[in-house]
Amino acid sequence: MSDHDHYPDEHLRRILRSVKTIAMVGASPDWNRPSAFVMEYLQSKRYRVIPVNPTAAGRTINGETCYAALTDIPQESAGRIDMVDIFRRSDKVGPIVDEAVAIGASVVWMQIGVRNDEAAAKAEAAGLTVVMNRCPKIEYGRLHGELSWGGFNSGIISSKRRKLNV
Amino acid sequence: MSEDTKGKPRQPGFETRAIHAGAPPDPVTGARTMPIYHTTAYVFDDVEHAASLFNLSTFGYIYSRLTNPTVAALEERVASLEGGRGATATASGHAAQLVAFFALMAPGESFLASRKLYGGSLTQFGRTFAKFDWHAIFVDPDDPENFARALTPNCKAIFVESLANPGGVVTDIEAIARIARDAGIPLIVDNTLATPYLCRPIEWGADIVVHSTTKFLGGHGNAMGGALVDSGRFDWAQNDKFPALTAPEPAYHGLRFYETFGDMALIMQTKAVGLRDLGPALSPMNAFLTLTGIETLPLRMQRHCENALAVARFLEAHPRVDWVSYAGLPSNPYAALARKYMPGGAGAVFTFGVKGGYDAGVKVVESCELLSHLANVGDTRSLILHPASTTHRQLTDEQRTAAGAGPEVVRLSIGLESVEDIIADLDQALGLSATRP
Repeated sequence: MSDHDHYPDEHLRRILRSVKTIAMVGASPDWNRPSAFVMEYLQSKRYRVIPVNPTAAGRTINGETCYAALTDIPQESAGRIDMVDIFRRSDKVGPIVDEAVAIGASVVWMQIGVRNDEAAAKAEAAGLTVVMNRCPKIEYGRLHGELSWGGFNSGIISSKRRKLNV
Repeated sequence: MSEDTKGKPRQPGFETRAIHAGAPPDPVTGARTMPIYHTTAYVFDDVEHAASLFNLSTFGYIYSRLTNPTVAALEERVASLEGGRGATATASGHAAQLVAFFALMAPGESFLASRKLYGGSLTQFGRTFAKFDWHAIFVDPDDPENFARALTPNCKAIFVESLANPGGVVTDIEAIARIARDAGIPLIVDNTLATPYLCRPIEWGADIVVHSTTKFLGGHGNAMGGALVDSGRFDWAQNDKFPALTAPEPAYHGLRFYETFGDMALIMQTKAVGLRDLGPALSPMNAFLTLTGIETLPLRMQRHCENALAVARFLEAHPRVDWVSYAGLPSNPYAALARKYMPGGAGAVFTFGVKGGYDAGVKVVESCELLSHLANVGDTRSLILHPASTTHRQLTDEQRTAAGAGPEVVRLSIGLESVEDIIADLDQALGLSATRP
């Protein structure tokens, strides 16, 4: 299994560059929940985010229909799901990762506080890339200089002019 | 440059971060030093963008009372040097303490503080904080167990200085951090006099570090400022002591800072609530001066420490001097702690006792021609002060003595001038202190 304590910046950059459509498991219809913040932020960065949450299935969250399970997402309207972002407890991750493999996702991303090495090993064996205990919003913001706007330590030292992502 | 060949994160060195952290080239103009963003406010793309910013659901600038690009560069740099998750800069060191405690305290609650602190902090904690119904319990820090003994159920933090002003007291951070951890409360360390070049309290278990950046970080006596750095390690939800971070915040539609921002919670709270409502934002100009100062922090601190040690040795051998309290002297009771916590040097602020008491102390201070008589420390210039008649004047005799600021005490902040000149000036001033006025 790959190292899940450290992820090189370039590795995370590559993932965030390659991904276009994200299924968010545990997305909340409540606008001020952490998952809703992440969904709204990723949408503002031009990712398509499909919410998945059995308790909100059929409802519309931020303009997208919510589905009960990853396998319920209709391919004809959603297209290919590149990444599955998981907002669930670590011990509930196993079956979600199995579904992520089944629908042909390339990346499984588990949020801060979520880590399941067994599920990760399975996904990696099936050829998926796995990130655990990180937030794609925070990593996107960190790698694009936005986290620094809040006085956070990005760990990035560079003498190169950052490209404006407009 | 953030990874080595094996892909493990590689941390650039302290000197590199002192120059580069937080300040990459300006993305629009390519300006290499950090521009001074002298603006009060920032345009929104549209109403939706404005709403996202006000709801804290996206990153960005609204108003310079909360955040500003030049100030943010300073915050990231200080956070990087201390090894913290992030920082919040404030108008002064006192403001940093106010904003930090505002996130932790409710009326009627208390915290433990070393009784050997900068006199201004003793007054802020003991007098002004009492008006908010926050109660400081002062403890002799020389025995860390004193903190364990003084704990009460409504204590919300422990506060110490890594290297105390003015008495050259070095605090056993690791031992006190253990006591704070067992009590489920954060340890706050004022690291102003040591600076992260000499001591990094987070590496010894501190949860929050505060600074008066006015002192050695800025280093040139030209810019007021403060900062608090959060380690990001404290679990705010381990008990119900910190509702400002764990309970719904009505001003942000019931958002819970810790749940939403995780290890970034305290820094978000101190900006979105602390700076927003208390108002002590740092000016971008002062942030710029401080950023520039920090670039030479490693070089300056080396020379400050060298000069201070030479002056301390000179004073120790001087017939007009009763005692010298500099932890860099082998004879000092804090020498062992200094070697552990600040192996690169014991800083440049220390005290000595002049023979002849209060009047002799006043005479030495007033007789200096090179050393400046003023109430500051951490300048390129050497500074001298008689605490009993100035910074510690508001305290009682007993408090003054406990804080290492008795009548005969003279405080020095040794600068970067030729050390022979500093010594010669003190020598002539001590000579004059022997003569009757």
